Amino acid sequence: MDFSTPPYLLKNASVTRVMAQVLLALVPAIAVYAWLIGPAILIQIALATMTALVAETLMLKVRNRPLALFLTDGSAVVTGWLIALVFPPLAPWWLVVVGTLFAIVVAKHLYGGLGQNPFNPAMIAFAVCIVSFPAFMSQWPNQALHLGLLDQFQVIFGLMPRLDALTAATPLDALKTALKLDEAGIGVPALLANRNVYGSFAGHGWEWIALSYLVGGLWMWQRKIITWQVPTGFLGALFLISGALWLYHPDRFASPLFHLFAGGSMLGAFFIATDPVSGATTPRGKLIFGAGAGLLTYLIRVFGGYPDGVAFAVLLLNICVPLIDLYTQPPIFGMKDGK
Amino acid sequence: MLQLFKFKGGVKPATNKAQSLVEPVAVAPLPSHVAIPLHQSIGGTPRPIVAVGDKVLKGQKIGEADGWISAAVHASTSGTVIHVGPQVVPHPSGLTADCVVIEPDGRDEWIARNPVDYRSLAPEAVRELLREAGVVGLGGAVFPTHGKLTAAKSVPMEEMVINGAECEPYITCDDMLMRERAVDVVRGAGVFRDLLQPKRVLIGIEDNKPEAVAAMQAAVRATGENFEVIAVPTRYPAGGAKQLIRVLTGKEVPASKRSTDLGVQCFNVATAYTAWRAIAHGEPVVSRLVTLTGNVDKPRNYEVLIGTPMDELLALAAPRSDTDGILMGGPMMGFLVPNFKVPVVKATNCLIAHSDALFPPKAPEMPCIRCGECARACPHELQPFEMYWFSRAKNFGKTQEYNVFDCIECGCCSFVCPSRIPLVQYFRFAKSEIWAREKEKNAAETAKTRFEFKQFRDEREKREKAEKLAKAAAAQAAKKAAEAQAATSAPEPVAPSPLDADQAVKKASIQAAMERAKAQREAAAARNTESLTADQQHEIEAIEARRIAAFGTDETTEK
Ligand code: SF4
Ligand code: SF4
Repeated sequence: MDFSTPPYLLKNASVTRVMAQVLLALVPAIAVYAWLIGPAILIQIALATMTALVAETLMLKVRNRPLALFLTDGSAVVTGWLIALVFPPLAPWWLVVVGTLFAIVVAKHLYGGLGQNPFNPAMIAFAVCIVSFPAFMSQWPNQALHLGLLDQFQVIFGLMPRLDALTAATPLDALKTALKLDEAGIGVPALLANRNVYGSFAGHGWEWIALSYLVGGLWMWQRKIITWQVPTGFLGALFLISGALWLYHPDRFASPLFHLFAGGSMLGAFFIATDPVSGATTPRGKLIFGAGAGLLTYLIRVFGGYPDGVAFAVLLLNICVPLIDLYTQPPIFGMKDGK
Repeated sequence: MLQLFKFKGGVKPATNKAQSLVEPVAVAPLPSHVAIPLHQSIGGTPRPIVAVGDKVLKGQKIGEADGWISAAVHASTSGTVIHVGPQVVPHPSGLTADCVVIEPDGRDEWIARNPVDYRSLAPEAVRELLREAGVVGLGGAVFPTHGKLTAAKSVPMEEMVINGAECEPYITCDDMLMRERAVDVVRGAGVFRDLLQPKRVLIGIEDNKPEAVAAMQAAVRATGENFEVIAVPTRYPAGGAKQLIRVLTGKEVPASKRSTDLGVQCFNVATAYTAWRAIAHGEPVVSRLVTLTGNVDKPRNYEVLIGTPMDELLALAAPRSDTDGILMGGPMMGFLVPNFKVPVVKATNCLIAHSDALFPPKAPEMPCIRCGECARACPHELQPFEMYWFSRAKNFGKTQEYNVFDCIECGCCSFVCPSRIPLVQYFRFAKSEIWAREKEKNAAETAKTRFEFKQFRDEREKREKAEKLAKAAAAQAAKKAAEAQAATSAPEPVAPSPLDADQAVKKASIQAAMERAKAQREAAAARNTESLTADQQHEIEAIEARRIAAFGTDETTEK
């Protein structure tokens, strides 16, 4: 008899419901992505989802856990979707498969499965792949070319030669490279004036996807799936550091607006750094965690060697979680004045 | 209007109160028998003062309070005592406890009831009267009320809170009591006020009971009191004493303190009511209002004799055929009684007929995903998932660091947990484990002292023996010397004899020391090998047994 312990009333809550709402919150951004950048993302999401579920099934079998219970919890699907969203959409099919396998098998199950992983599995996948396959991981679609679903499918599955012309750097990466090469001293504002690459404020096409992540994230906050601390800390720190440097040298540093909407900022702030399992748990801890991730994201993407910094920033902060939690324990009822 | 404060956390389960509020309170008919547990309050267990075959009257004392924190118990109807001894009582683990079982004679005949004018009595006498009348906290804690009616010496009593919040879903007995008997409640609160002399009396009622608020306000006016009747926002557990005190006064009482240390005291409305009945009508606590609800066709509140078997009582509400259990108390903090025959006790505020349709079986437990929902719901601002983690790992020291003893077991954390982890069970388990260990430690300490004393005694005996031996040796040496002297008849100093004696003492004590060392070595060796593992094994088994008892199952690990 399972009803032998109070409370007998439970809220209608489950891990599946939580995960389903996270997926739902991603849908607008995915739709915008498919529309503006191309349907390849849908292929990648399908690939990642299937890989995640297969890997999850195998690992649950190996670890002798109840299949139905854990397969339906939705956590593997969320990991898969996030991986697909941070990988280049035209990357060869095996890249997203390898990344997802690594995330589920190593980063999740070898650490003990759901709820036990100290690192964000999707970010592990990204980090592993960008270190192992840097070339493939920086081939983002050239938006001057409009490929249809079939063409994109053929590129992903290697049925069509992977021409250099197909791909380009991300706006963030493009800007970094341009600034490095910018011997004439054109400066950021003039560079950003190239709307074909940099769009209206933070990257042609990408800026609208980022905006959709923001919308989805706010919806999750309103549904109490996430709390405000992590996104606020993340975006706040990113805003402050980019703003400070931008004021200091507007020719060398892009504006806060650009940084807030470029690259993985919005996805990271609302969907990645908010992962409860690998993140800080106390309210103040979450602010610190978010701020740390936002700050590091900026430093890595502007001064580091990688096109974006979200993955490494989040992973570095994951390491600090036990410490952050330990030092940010809130005072309990009746003990606020330290007595 | 008084400024209200907020408490953090809390949840809003569906209240399900309307169904039992349609009909007025009815008096439950005499049951076939009453089984009155002697232990119905916190504190000492009353001694039975009746025997099988005795005729008793309604209100006659059958159990004498034992110690100051204890309260008398009384026959709830007139009749014959047919049994004094252990019976299954309403307790989650199906405990038995000593009960007095009375077969009613049907006349329900009272003892002589003597109303008193409490104002003419010394405060001490009023407290004694309440103790003798069996007045205890009827909100569920059943703490003897007289024990709460003394203000702290160093802190002036500022507020007295009367708790009519009744925040648990389904329960409506306090609501009905306030609607129908508000004046007696207010008068009872007046008695408490006179004993405690607080500056203000605040009556807190959740704002989903406007009728009760209105009735209490009218009663306050009618009695000319200056009590403030305050509607507080409906949010579970607003009726927890600490939460209500927080809402009404802004004060937070930590687990380490009594509320009187902060100049506050809190009583339930039903407690105030019974206190007034005891004083103004000479009626000890022999009945209480009980809500019958849940999976029944005729939910209603009844005035019920203490000791009434629950099945007979619940039958009044016409339970539906798929009823498979009785919940005593609300669905958040109540528990399933071990069988349908257990008696109504002073702590019984509500019986909920249980069915799977009404309370669906819980979905399987998942691992904690650290979402922090539980922490946000915890009214004591604890970190339930951390305590859960450490309870599971049986690292009880850590659960204490995370303040497991501040947990009031309200169930908010379990209510919201998406992984459906029975968090409260883990905390109960941790608490009972810590208590058990304290007990064991104390027992071990006593044993240690005993052991050390025995060792000391053995040593002393050995030493005495050695000394005796030495003396004998010395005497012998002296004798020898004397003999030698006699033989030589030379006047020699008895030099060798002390030497011999010294050596003998030394030898004896060395031997004793060696024996001691050997014994110690043996003891140490034993301690490091089988006996320790056996001890550990035993401890582990004991923990497992308690854990199983706490969870009712041995499947706490995820599958
Ligand atoms: S609510 Fe449940 S899953 Fe979430 S942190 Fe608390 S215990 Fe873990
Ligand atoms: S049961 Fe304890 S830990 Fe859980 S919410 Fe209530 S007080 Fe907090």
